[in-house]
Amino acid sequence: MSMGHMLLRVTIKLLFAPIILFGLYVQFHGDYGPGGGFQAGVIFMVAFALHALGFGIEETKRVIPPKILPAGMALGVLIYAGTGVYTMLLGENFLDYDIIQPDSHHHAGQHIGILVVEFGVGLAVAATMLQIFYVFASREAEPQDDVW
Amino acid sequence: MTDPVTLVSDYDTLVSSTVLLDLAILTLLVICAFAMITIRRLFGVAMLSGIYSLLTALFFVLMDAVDVAFTEAAVGAGVSTILVLSGMALASRRENPVSRQRALMPLIIVGLVGIALLYATIDMPHFGDPESPANAYVGRQYIERMPSEIDVPNLVTGVLASYRGYDTLGEVVVVFTAGLACLVLLGAGSIRGGRRVVDPSPDALSPPSQAPLAVPDVSDTRKEEVRS
Repeated sequence: MSMGHMLLRVTIKLLFAPIILFGLYVQFHGDYGPGGGFQAGVIFMVAFALHALGFGIEETKRVIPPKILPAGMALGVLIYAGTGVYTMLLGENFLDYDIIQPDSHHHAGQHIGILVVEFGVGLAVAATMLQIFYVFASREAEPQDDVW
Repeated sequence: MTDPVTLVSDYDTLVSSTVLLDLAILTLLVICAFAMITIRRLFGVAMLSGIYSLLTALFFVLMDAVDVAFTEAAVGAGVSTILVLSGMALASRRENPVSRQRALMPLIIVGLVGIALLYATIDMPHFGDPESPANAYVGRQYIERMPSEIDVPNLVTGVLASYRGYDTLGEVVVVFTAGLACLVLLGAGSIRGGRRVVDPSPDALSPPSQAPLAVPDVSDTRKEEVRS
């Protein structure tokens, strides 16, 4: 990559933090507004994909090593399924969140359950998308600018 | 803020207020689709498919399906475009021209499917119809019982994560499986290790004199990994 990418790189650096912040907002505000784990996971992935497009995939691999991504994928699914198993251990149905806070008058159990489950979704989606991007993008050497 | 009942009865006036916007977006969608068919440079096609997704997302917003629009914009316009581009980097950047004879059959199939879909729209309930099957049975139950049972302001999240939590778990497993399949097929765990390796052609591999060539290549890669 040449100096011709200076403008792009500065823009990506400026955008990176707001994109992550927006992802967090979408992730944890999903109960109140549009969004949730699926969208937030994709937004997180897009931030790092943008980084890879501007700075090269090897730089991004230094930030998020490819080895941890399968662990993230599995952990996300396990958090989701684990919440269901947890409610079963407490004596209710699979994914019946009310038992988490049975004495609450404003359904705190439901809120906690949904938040945890959505976090699992976000983690699984972000890790999976980044994993797919990594395996596609790192098979060949990076294409030159004029091949497109 | 009008309450839902007046919204439904004012249905006709509501439609006429945004009908120009609807038509504009639909026209742009059709133009976009035709441009994608005619362009042979796949980079342009990938960009246009991103624009197509964004227009679809706009259309979903007009239909008050904000969550769906959000997903369409993030996945359709964002991630899909990136994945198509990175897939294209592995393949050709230009579509080969197709002869007219071979283009005829797909055209007929597409035409027939299009006519069938148009025919099916005659039977569809009106947009926003409270008596349509999607709204009448379990949907109405969700809307009525959500405030007392789950108390989450966003109805979609409540249905997705709580009423239909088991389905969503299945979706997450599907996403997980897709990632796993890409990992296994494209090989971050294989000998290639995501590195650029020039594949020997199959007939070059078969004579035994050629086979040892591949082996030191592999061990070199492994040594590199150990060192790092």
